[in-house]
Amino acid sequence: TMNSCNGISARLVLVRRFVSTCTRQNTSTRVGIVGSGPAGFYTAHHLIKHNSNLHVDIFDRLPIPFGLVRYGVAPDHPDVKNVINQFSVLAESERCRFIGNVSLGKDITLAQLQPFYHALVLAYGADDDTFLRVPGEDLDGVLSARAFVGWYNGLPEHAHLNPDLSGDTAVIIGQGNVAIDVARMLLTPISILETTDICEHALEAFRKSSVRRVWLVGRRGPLQVAFTIKEFREMTKLPECLAVLDRADFEGVRELPADMPRPRKRLTELLVKTADAVGSEPATGSRKEWGLRFLRSPVAFLCDQQRRKVSGVKLEINKLEGDPLSARAVGTGHFETLDCSLALRSIGYKTKPVDKDVPFDPKGGIIPNLNGYVSTGLYCSGWVKTGPIGVILSTMNDAFETADTILNDLQHGNLPTPSDSGDVLELLFTLPGLHPTSFSDWKLIDQVEQSHGRPKGKPREKVTSLEMMMNIIRTHSAQN
Amino acid sequence: ALLSSVVRKAPIALSHLLRRSVTGEPSAFSPIVSIALRWSAKGTNNRRIHSESCLHHGEYEWKDPKSPDEIVNVTFIDKDGQPRQVKGKVGDNILYLAHRHRIELEGACEASLACTTCHVYVDGEHLSKLQNATEEEEDLLDLAPCLAENSRLGCQIILTKELEGITLTVPKITRNFYVDGHVPQPH
Repeated sequence: TMNSCNGISARLVLVRRFVSTCTRQNTSTRVGIVGSGPAGFYTAHHLIKHNSNLHVDIFDRLPIPFGLVRYGVAPDHPDVKNVINQFSVLAESERCRFIGNVSLGKDITLAQLQPFYHALVLAYGADDDTFLRVPGEDLDGVLSARAFVGWYNGLPEHAHLNPDLSGDTAVIIGQGNVAIDVARMLLTPISILETTDICEHALEAFRKSSVRRVWLVGRRGPLQVAFTIKEFREMTKLPECLAVLDRADFEGVRELPADMPRPRKRLTELLVKTADAVGSEPATGSRKEWGLRFLRSPVAFLCDQQRRKVSGVKLEINKLEGDPLSARAVGTGHFETLDCSLALRSIGYKTKPVDKDVPFDPKGGIIPNLNGYVSTGLYCSGWVKTGPIGVILSTMNDAFETADTILNDLQHGNLPTPSDSGDVLELLFTLPGLHPTSFSDWKLIDQVEQSHGRPKGKPREKVTSLEMMMNIIRTHSAQN
Repeated sequence: ALLSSVVRKAPIALSHLLRRSVTGEPSAFSPIVSIALRWSAKGTNNRRIHSESCLHHGEYEWKDPKSPDEIVNVTFIDKDGQPRQVKGKVGDNILYLAHRHRIELEGACEASLACTTCHVYVDGEHLSKLQNATEEEEDLLDLAPCLAENSRLGCQIILTKELEGITLTVPKITRNFYVDGHVPQPH
């Protein structure tokens, strides 16, 4: 903590760190963006590219940037994270400034932030869970896949998740790309994981893990799986691991309509091919297996009498009604049980309203908007706008759309004039307990992470505690 | 898996090394050693081989053709439907050629077959002259909005003399976020 004796000099250091890469002029258009993941950065990228007299401040509640690119993309998919290079160039450019460790709703309100900007863009994504709302969901060993991903990727709030991997079967409810990521992490050989940027606490847990079987359970059928072909194909190629698909599940989908869209067609063909190959591979002594269970909805998580620890999940068997594109699952009243020692809920992320002045549609889980426009001077981008679905490409396109809406409004004089012509940092420094971080601060942490990873043969060893991040930053400030 | 990965990615990497020999750039190592070194450098990050179709991340595309023989004329149709004629050269990667000439074509994963942001449409006459898309590229194309028969990833197209006059159209932004054109219904 900064005490009053060195408070003033410390604040001067902070201002210097922020101002050095930013030339601010009062006549330029000022845009604030809340959220520094792909949605935030791509919105900034498009705005700055198309208007040479525009400055952007990108905020994040964490001291360090990049959102899901850092905390969502799996450790064994480093190429997907290359986009960080582009974002870094932008953050260090003259007309862009990163301000971390500032949380909208907790540290500062919309009403306090808006006066500094012609336009404010909400791009803070979806960091809440969708729940099944079934008995036993609160048992030990029933976790959210989102938290599990955060845990192995070093998100501070999940660093102490401590999942129990001592049993042999994990059940994942959901058949999307997040479910596949989690399954792959559980089954990938350690020799591969230990050269990635996976966090050490997770690597240790995976080393000791005895999980050797993973089921992905979906309430509908093969034509409704939400994962994409690249991810599924990767699963079929997992070393020392067998795909266990039931041919019977695919009887209805061998003949596909000619007008079926190509992506669905290719994926279904690969599913069928994988199911047909089951049993025909040479016995490799593979110790691990994974499979898909269709037409099953969880109705309760079970535990044994003595402990509040999950031992299985009770599933209702469904049938499908309606045409394949909009099929609905309907329960048949028949049930079965699947034993497991770990159950992960992977049925979608959820956006939450963070500020009372932010309009929110709880049913759709989004901020109501028209092409990104929310209200005068207020916009949204990314998952808060579209719902928590989509890869970097779709978020990018969406961010560009919001940016175009803002540029259009600017051109037509529809943006409000900021009522405060000062620098938002001046306000932030007066708020007690607030320690905003800059992009240079992230670079310090980046260096520390890389230097800790190098001796282990990892690209980085992530800093997983907020306290440690702030200590690194403060120590460097004090030394300089 | 390692070997098949190398073999699959070899044609693109080798074509880059080929262009070095065409342009007379000094190469300190033999082609095979060069590929191995490049991949082993990346391999310290990840045991799996990254598929990088461009060895220079755009530096090569910034060099002008050294002789008229090298020139390959390319037309880009940008997001606003405007044609832009540029002079590329043999060995250029379409994505980085576009960047050099400020055509708005994103390359989020930096040409490593990990995204679809460089999706382009290829004119009919030249489509068949391209090297076939790998399974990896086809899987990614499945994610492209408004996927068409002539869709390709720009970062996987390397210019040859045969592609003289090729026209590449950058897709307009669409609001469709589902991978197969699906419109979600409540279920």
